[in-house]
Amino acid sequence: MSNQTNTNPTLTGAEILWATLVGEGVETVFGYPGGAILPIYDALPKFPVHHILVRHEQGAAHMADGFARASGKVGVCMATSGPGATNLVTGIATAMLDSIPMIAITAQVSSKVLGSDAFQEVDITGITLPITKHNFLVTRAEDIAPTVRLAFQIALSGRPGPVLVDITKDAQQASAPFNFEAAAPPAFRPHPMLRAESSSIQQAIELLRQSKKPLILAGHGVIQSGAEREVIAFAEHNQIPIASTLLGLGAIPTQHPLSLGMMGMHGESWVNHAIQQADLLLAFGMRFDDRVTGNLASYAQNAKKIHIEIDPSEINKNVKVDVALIGDLKEVLTLLLPSLQEKASERLQPLVPVSQPFDSSSQPGNLSSQSFDLSSRSEAERSALPTSTPWLREISAMKGDATVHDIINLPDNGHLYAAHVIHDIWREAVAAGREKETIIVTDVGQHQMWEAQYYKHDVSRSLVTSGGLGTMGFALPAAIGAQVACPDKDVWVIAGDGGFQMTAAELSTIVQEKLPINIAVINNGYLGMVRQWQENLYDKNYSASPILSPNFVKLADAHDINGAHVNLRSEVTPTVTRARTSRQPFLIEFHVEKEDFVYPMIPPGAGLHEMIRRPTKDPLLETAEDE
Amino acid sequence: MLHTFVALVQDKPGVLTRVASLFRRLSINIVSLTVGESERADTSRMTIVCEAPEHSAHRIRASLYKLEITVDVDEVGRSEAVIRELCLIKVSAGPQEPNGLSSRSQIFELANVFRARVVDLAPESIMLEMTGSSSKIEGLIQVLRESNYTILEVSRTGRMAMRRGHHTSRVLKALGNPNATPTPSNLAKPTTDLIPNEFEDVHEEEE
Repeated sequence: MSNQTNTNPTLTGAEILWATLVGEGVETVFGYPGGAILPIYDALPKFPVHHILVRHEQGAAHMADGFARASGKVGVCMATSGPGATNLVTGIATAMLDSIPMIAITAQVSSKVLGSDAFQEVDITGITLPITKHNFLVTRAEDIAPTVRLAFQIALSGRPGPVLVDITKDAQQASAPFNFEAAAPPAFRPHPMLRAESSSIQQAIELLRQSKKPLILAGHGVIQSGAEREVIAFAEHNQIPIASTLLGLGAIPTQHPLSLGMMGMHGESWVNHAIQQADLLLAFGMRFDDRVTGNLASYAQNAKKIHIEIDPSEINKNVKVDVALIGDLKEVLTLLLPSLQEKASERLQPLVPVSQPFDSSSQPGNLSSQSFDLSSRSEAERSALPTSTPWLREISAMKGDATVHDIINLPDNGHLYAAHVIHDIWREAVAAGREKETIIVTDVGQHQMWEAQYYKHDVSRSLVTSGGLGTMGFALPAAIGAQVACPDKDVWVIAGDGGFQMTAAELSTIVQEKLPINIAVINNGYLGMVRQWQENLYDKNYSASPILSPNFVKLADAHDINGAHVNLRSEVTPTVTRARTSRQPFLIEFHVEKEDFVYPMIPPGAGLHEMIRRPTKDPLLETAEDE
Repeated sequence: MLHTFVALVQDKPGVLTRVASLFRRLSINIVSLTVGESERADTSRMTIVCEAPEHSAHRIRASLYKLEITVDVDEVGRSEAVIRELCLIKVSAGPQEPNGLSSRSQIFELANVFRARVVDLAPESIMLEMTGSSSKIEGLIQVLRESNYTILEVSRTGRMAMRRGHHTSRVLKALGNPNATPTPSNLAKPTTDLIPNEFEDVHEEEE
């Protein structure tokens, strides 16, 4: 339909919607039909779009979100009016907080009865106003194509985000001429505040030149902007270590000598100490979330701050910065790199010549292939990697004995820890050579933090997790979206027993769609992170945190999904291999230590350096201590 | 402190909600908000006055820009803009007032001094119409109250603001503009304040 550019066929609004989606390159839509959206579903079979029927509309939103995170493309979900639309709300808010490009199509009652409390009428544009980047109410068939096309532009441009398009039933049923090209939105108008001024760039370079202890804070923007190579080149050129936010994980390979790992509430102690002791923070596409800064009053007091950020409203929001470079991270770094080479000729030569432009023609959605790869470098290049500036040695010394008490470095004591499970899933993928072809989709809670600590991500978009909103129940549906986006990758759900039950109905969707998703349920019988806070901050008053769960393997079996229970560490790897190689959905229920604690932890309100460290003596580890 | 923003926004249903919701979310009280047509087709002009900490001006402005319906945003200080408000005041002026029927002529005199117009005269009341800065309107209301007149109703439009044109440095100095350099660029629209870390708040408190 979209190919008919010269003639303007008359289509119904419903047909125009599908033709526009097809024209925008949409191949898969996640949705659930209902009364007001029936005209759209009636037209669906005429178009080359695969519709995935979800079990709850929240799942549709998370799937579109997971699809977008794994592919870098726009995810599309749809729901009917009223309850269908309100069920999307959690998923839309999740996408909003993490800046995920997503289109939500909802149906609305006929425009003649708008505002009359008609059956299944809800003011969804009003409800989603603060949780969408923008939303539209469409009441005329001829407005559908331009609105949907504009919605795609808004979702992807600048700082990405979800856009909701609410279409009344009479607009779906009415007819209008359709011309895809004519419906194109006006060229994207860059934000008037989106300018990295040359004077600011000079200021930034000057700050960098004076700095003895610089540190890069790499956020989600590195991945969203596709600036992985530029960040690594920048870091290598100036020998700057890199700490990542939760959503920035993967952008910088864990194996890179300058990569420190995750910062913040559950970041390793030396990473947070490095932030507190740095004299210059370079915040790349991150927003100084409270989970990353701890108490703002004591945050990075010694450091000047340079903030490269696409959203001007993030500047000076939480942390006052000295220089703000507003714009797309990749573009700003491309501006910065040549100036640096001129200014800092006395430094080591960069491994990636900065004068050589990076290949920007790579396809979006194929970002992992253009990511940094240590193994592809020659021995000489690898040995030239900076590893021993005084600042790097200082950070290294701060590690102290922290790693010694790290659970994964302790001998098997007969207990099964979630950290073991997650670390072994990673090691199994590495052993099979699939670590770059594996996507981990986590839920929210303790397991999410252990995943961030013990799964060593090496490529962008290999971790899909709800960061900003912290949405329990996210993992299973988001994994469906990720697997649909990347059918050739191994997709693992890592979820707790609590969060998994929130959206477990989507197991049926997995089977209906024949998706080979692997599911690791980390069962500790508690809402683990709630229990951890209660243990630490509420005097072990475990109010409403113990949770009874079904036998998850039997639940899987009821869906004709294979499964296995794992109680011992020795069983972890073989069972993981069995799941991964089955090329069918597979659920493993890991029965892990019940009262485990995510270390280190910055208690709420405490400064970044005031973390609770790993105990040197853990009562649960008496076996290890005896040895 | 008081901030005055001028926003050009699309003239579409729901736009006012989006702007108002932004202030609601930031928990900032809107002192006044005027909306009307502008010189551009399909574009409304809003003047928003709000009470907010000094450092929040950049964030409000950037957040306004973030709204898809926003065409342009400007923050204007008193010295660089003309800020006006229209006010209707209904004053009790019947025989029971302290000065009896002679109160009418006294109100006329006050209105003259403040350049207010009498737009309605009823047996029991007078309605005055006045345009001016907020301080001038406050002045008239205060004088009426202190003269023991009963103010029955006050309706104020809220402030409207427009940047002044290109003036010479002497005019600017007289207006109290600290950036009184005669370069046209920083008058029509200061470009420096687009970069937030260079943002300089030149807004002054209303008298």
